Amino acid sequence: MNYIKLLLLALIAFVAALGTNWGIDAAYKTHAFIIMLIAIGVFIMVLRNIDEPIKVAPDQGKYSDSVIRAGVIATAFWGIAGFLVGTFIAFQLAFPSLNFDWGQPFTNFGRLRPLHTSAVIFAFGGNALIATSFYVVQRTSGVRLWGGKTAWFVFWGYQIFIVLAATGYLLGSTQSKEYAEPEWYVDIWLTIVWLAYLAVYLGTIFNRREKHIYVANWFYLSFIITVAMLHLINNLSIPVSFWGSKSVQVFSGVQDAMTQWWYGHNAVGFFLTAGFLGMMYYFVPKQAERPVYSYKLSIIHFWALIFLYIWAGPHHLHYTALPDWASTLGMVFSIILWMPSWGGMINGLMTLQGAWDKLRTDPILRMFVLSLGFYGMSTFEGPMMSIRAVNSLSHYTDWTIGHVHSGALGWNGMITFACIYFLTPRLWGRKQMYSMSAINWHFWLATLGIVLYAASMWVTGIMEGLMWREVDDQGFLVNSFADTVSAKFPMYVVRGLGGVMFLSGALIMVWNMWMTIRGAKPVHAPLPNAIPAE
Amino acid sequence: METYSLLREFADSWVLLAMFAFFVGAGIWAFLPSQAKARKDASMIPFRNETVGCSSKCPDCKCTDKLEGASDEKR
Repeated sequence: MNYIKLLLLALIAFVAALGTNWGIDAAYKTHAFIIMLIAIGVFIMVLRNIDEPIKVAPDQGKYSDSVIRAGVIATAFWGIAGFLVGTFIAFQLAFPSLNFDWGQPFTNFGRLRPLHTSAVIFAFGGNALIATSFYVVQRTSGVRLWGGKTAWFVFWGYQIFIVLAATGYLLGSTQSKEYAEPEWYVDIWLTIVWLAYLAVYLGTIFNRREKHIYVANWFYLSFIITVAMLHLINNLSIPVSFWGSKSVQVFSGVQDAMTQWWYGHNAVGFFLTAGFLGMMYYFVPKQAERPVYSYKLSIIHFWALIFLYIWAGPHHLHYTALPDWASTLGMVFSIILWMPSWGGMINGLMTLQGAWDKLRTDPILRMFVLSLGFYGMSTFEGPMMSIRAVNSLSHYTDWTIGHVHSGALGWNGMITFACIYFLTPRLWGRKQMYSMSAINWHFWLATLGIVLYAASMWVTGIMEGLMWREVDDQGFLVNSFADTVSAKFPMYVVRGLGGVMFLSGALIMVWNMWMTIRGAKPVHAPLPNAIPAE
Repeated sequence: METYSLLREFADSWVLLAMFAFFVGAGIWAFLPSQAKARKDASMIPFRNETVGCSSKCPDCKCTDKLEGASDEKR
C-alpha cells in the first residue's frame, strides 16, 4: 500500500514539476510549485515510515477528536483572515487610495473581494462545518469516525483547496462565477476531497449504534450531498490546455447564468443554511440541556427546506434574458421558503422553553439565540427582496450586501462562535473557556458590528436604488453613477467600523481560545460501551 | 421528439406528481401517532453516548465536575 502511495506521490511531484516549468500563466505555475512541494513533503513522510512495524491503533474505543481539534483551530484562523480582508476591502471602497499602486494588480478590490468571500464562506464556514459535523456524527451515532485517517485527508485536502483557491484569486486565476471562482484543477481536487468527506460521514452513520439517525445528521448529510451535486454541475468546463489554468464553460449564455445562480443560491441554502442548521439541532439542545422543542417540526423543517430551496435560484436573475416563468417560479418558491425557515427558527428558540433564565448567565446560549434571531431576520428579508418589484429597487445595490452580511455575520458567524466556545473546553479538557466575560465582550462587539453593518447598508442601498431610478419631468435620469458613489461615503465608513468591531470580537475569541488551550492536554473521550484501556 | 421536450413532458407530469407525493408523505409521516415513541427516542440522542467528568481527565476538573456550560457555574 505504501509503495503505491509513493509511486503516486512521485508521479504527482513529477507532473507538478513539469507544470512549474511549462505552465502558461503565473497562477498555474505557482500552484504547480505548491503542489510539487506538498507532494515531495508527503513522499518523504511516507518514505521515512516505510517498512516500520504498523502500530496497533491505541485509539480504538475512543472518539476520533484530533481532527476536530485541528478543525476548530483552522476555523478560527481562517475566520480572522477572512474578516481582516473583508474589513480592508470595506475601507478600500470608502477610501479608494487603499488600492495601493505598488500592490497592483494583486491587491486591488477586484481580486481581494473573492478572497474575502471564499475565506469566510468556504474556509471559515467550511472548516466549522467539517469539524462540527465530525463531532456531531460521532456523538449521535455513538461510534468512532469511519475510515481511520481518511478524516485527516479530508481536513488537509480541504486546507490545500483553500490555499490554491486563495492564491489563485490574487494571481488572477478565476472562472468568474461568483462563489465558484476556482479554476478546473482546483475544482477536481475539491471533488476528490468532498467525496472522501461524504464517505467518512456515511460510513460513520452506517456504523451507528443508535437506531435512529438524529435530525442534525440529516441536515449535514443533505449539505454534503447537495454541495457535491452543485459543485459538479456548475463547474462543468473544459480546460484550454492541461498546462494552463484557463477553462471554458460548457454551458453558455442564459443557461450558464441560470446554472450559476442555481448553484449560487443553493450554496447559501445548503452550505450556509442546511449545514449550519445541523449545528443548531445538536448544539442548541446541548447548551440548553433540553431536547429540541418539536421533533415533528424538525422533520417538516427538513423536508420543506430540501424541496423548496432548490428552486429559489432564479430570483437572482429578475429582468434578465431568463424567461419570466422561470424567474416567477424562483420568486414564488423563495416566498414559500419563508415558512419552513421560520419553522426552524421557532423550533430552535422554543428549545429554550423553561430554560430562558439561562440566557442571563450563559453567554454561549445567548450567542445561539442571537444567531437564530438573525436567521429569522434574514430569511424574512430574503424572500421579500426576491419579489420582483422589490428586487427592481434592491438589485445591484448595497442592500443585497447588507442582507448577505446580516445572514453571514449574524447567523453563520454567531452560531460558529458559539460552537467554538462549546467545543474548545470539551476538546481540550477544560471546565469552561478561560474567560467568560471575554465571551460577553465578543458577543456585544459582534452584535454592534453587525447592527452598524446592516443598518448602513440598508440606508445606502435604498438610497442608491432610489437615486438610480430618479427621473426629472423630461424623463431624463437625475443622477449619474458617480453621484451615488459620493453620496454613499459616510455609510461606507460606518460599514467599515462595523467590520472593525466584528473583527475585534473575533480577535478576543482567539485570545480566549489560546488561553484555554495553552497547557491543556487533548481529551481522548471514550466511546460508550468501550472497554477502558487501563 | 427531442430530448428536452421528452424530459420536460416527463418532469411536468409524473416526476412532479411523485415528488409532491413524497413531500406530502413525509409530512404525514412526521405526524404519525405510531411514531411518537421513535420521535421521543430520537430527540434524546444528543444526551447519550457521552461520558463526562472523571473519564475525560481534564486537568482542572474534579471528579464531581461535569463538563457543562457556564450556566452551572453561577447557579
